[in-house]
Formats: sequence, C-alpha cells, structure tokens
Amino acid sequence: MNINATLFVSGITFFLFVLFCWKFIWPPLINAIDERNKKIADGLNAAEEGKKALVEAERKGESSMKEARDRAQTLLADSERRANQIVEEAKAAAKTEADRIVASAQEQIEQEINKAKSQLREQVAALAVSGAEKILKKEIDAKAHADMLGQLKAQL
Amino acid sequence: MASDALTPSSYISHHLTNLTKPIGEGAFWQVNVDTIVMSWALGIIGLGLFWLVANKATSGVPGRFQSFIELMVEFVDNTVKDIFPGDRKFLAPLALTIFVWVFLMNLMDLLPIDWVATITHGLGAPAWKAVPTTDLNTTFGMSFGILILILYFSFKVKGFGGFTHEMFTAPFGANPALWIPNFALNLIELLAKPISLGMRLFGNMYAGELIFMLLGLLGTIASFTLGGMIAGAASGLLTWGWAVFHILIIILQAFIFMVLSTVYIAMAHEGH
Repeated sequence: MNINATLFVSGITFFLFVLFCWKFIWPPLINAIDERNKKIADGLNAAEEGKKALVEAERKGESSMKEARDRAQTLLADSERRANQIVEEAKAAAKTEADRIVASAQEQIEQEINKAKSQLREQVAALAVSGAEKILKKEIDAKAHADMLGQLKAQL
Repeated sequence: MASDALTPSSYISHHLTNLTKPIGEGAFWQVNVDTIVMSWALGIIGLGLFWLVANKATSGVPGRFQSFIELMVEFVDNTVKDIFPGDRKFLAPLALTIFVWVFLMNLMDLLPIDWVATITHGLGAPAWKAVPTTDLNTTFGMSFGILILILYFSFKVKGFGGFTHEMFTAPFGANPALWIPNFALNLIELLAKPISLGMRLFGNMYAGELIFMLLGLLGTIASFTLGGMIAGAASGLLTWGWAVFHILIIILQAFIFMVLSTVYIAMAHEGH
C-alpha cells in the first residue's frame, strides 16, 4: 500500500482510457441512440398523421357517398315524373286522335245520309212526274216545269 | 500459500504484497507490475467491448449486446445530465470510463484469492494482487487525474484571473487580510476532493479484500476433524455471503467514484 511510481502510470493510463472513450467510443454510441430516438419520434408522428388522414378520408368518403345517394334519389324522382308526363301526353294524343276519327266518321255518315236523301228526292220527283204524265196523258215539258219540280223537291 | 511454513500473518501479508519492479533509486521509484498489468488488461477488455459495439453501432434495431451497451451509456448519460446540465461531450465519456474501469477492477475482488495466488505462483510470480483498486496508486492515480481536470475546467471556465481571484477572495471576502485564510481553505478543499475520492475507493476495496483473506485464513485450518470441518464449512459459507454482499459494494463504489468525479468537475464550472 505504499505510494510509488505506479501512481504516474495509473494516472497516465486513466487519461489514455478517458481520451480513447471520449474520441472513439462515446460519439458513435450516443449518435446512434439519438438518431434512433429521432427515428422513433418521427415514426410516432407519422403514425399520428396517418391516423388523422384516415379519419379525414373516411369522413370525405362518407360525404361523397351521401351526395351520390342524394343525386340518385333526385334522378329517380325526375325520371319517374318524366315518365308519368310522357304517359299522360300519349294518353291525351290518343284521345284527340280517337275523337278526330269518330268525328270524321260521323261526318261521312251524315254525307252519306244526305246523298241518299237527295237521290231519293230525285227519284220521288221523277216518279211523281211520271205519275203525273200518266195522269195527264200528256207530255209535260220538264224544262217548263223545272221551277215547280224544284219547289216540290225542296218540300220533300 | 507456496511458502513452507504458513502462519496467519505470513498468509495475510503475502496476499497484501504487490509484485514490484524497481525502475530507479529508492523505495518510490518502483512500479507495481501486477496493478499495471491488471488495470491495463481490464481497461482494454472493458473499453474494447464498448469499442466493438461503437464501431458498428446502428441507429436501426439494435442487437442484444448493443442494447446492453446502450443501456449503460444512457444510464451514465442520464446520471451526468442530472448533475451537470451543460455540455457533457467530455464529461459523460469520462464518467463512463470511470464507471466501467473501476467496476471491472473492483470485480476482481470476487475472484477467490487463493485461486489467483495458486495460478500466479504456478506462472512463477512471487506475489500478485489481482485487484488494482486495492492499490492506493491506482485510486490516487485516478483521483489526482480528476484534480487535474478540476483545475483545467476551473481555468477554462473562469479564466486565470477569475480562478485566482476566487481562490483568494472566497469564501470570506475580498479584504487583503483574508487572502491567506481564503487561499488556505480553498487549497484544503481542493486537495480534500481527490484524497477523499481515492481513499474511499481504496479503503472499501482494501477492507473487503482483507475480510476475504480472514475468511480464507479460517479455511486454511480446515481438516477432517470435527473442528476442522466446522471451520471449513464456516469459511466457505461466510466467503460466499461476503461475496454476495460485495457485489453490491463493487457496483456502488464504482458508481460513487463516477458521480463524485462528475460532481467535482461540474462544481469547477460554477463560481462560489
């Protein structure tokens, strides 16, 4: 336990070891630790950001889904209304056409009736004239009695 | 152990003898070969392990060994940070070196003393102390190294004028009549730091080693008689118990040496 020159050797050894640790051991180790800490912190931040982005995307998706649904609903309602309208229009057109056909048929019938009537009249007039001829036993000038025959026709 | 006539006092004194080699005239100019070899070997092994990891340290996923080394580094770094909040680019590696080196040197205390003696005698060494920290030269070598660092940082932080001014004017005042008492007190304070630091570590380890020797001495009277068997069993059990307790002491002393060195150097950064 005597103090001797070993003291200097120990002191110098101590300094050499400290210098070695200071220069070659400590910096790489502490750098690696600090760098890893930073990486972990960055990773945690990124995870947090990702979570936020996910929530945002979910919210966006939901709102666009809702929009699409609304739009589809509107389109459906529109098309239904449109279809109804077309049907109504078609109905109206068909009715008009039918009315027109009926009216024209009636008119034709009336014409036919009138024609038949006028033919009948002429035949009756001719019959009457021939009857009168027979009665009078004498030829009657058709031209001379045209007025009278016309009046007769009108009376029929 | 190797001597023919084994007496209690020769057993103890033999285990307390360093292997010395004279390098000059007088008792002072000789070196303790065992202390130097052991402290160099342990320092190189301890720092070498750290260096191996530091060389291929990755900031990615660390292996188990790197994790263990980083655990130590962070432990030391946090301890130093708590004591000294400033720049610890030098202070933290200093503390790490002290902790690792002192711990390994103290750890040699757990080697069974008679095994060490048997092996070294077999190799031809007449004496061998395996624990460098039971040599006052080692502990004082380190603690006076700390004193040099205290002086260096005092001058660096406060400047030559500032530090000298502080040495002569604190703690009593700037009155010229108080210069001498101030300086004397500061000098004692300054010297008390390395002396107490070195003595504490040396004393703890020396006393622990001495108790191992006394218990080992009890083991030397073990024999196949009843009393001899009791002595042998008691020696073994007590040595084991003391070794378990000593595990705590060697870590604690290494930690104390590290913390106090850091505190002293941190104090050198502050004014009175």
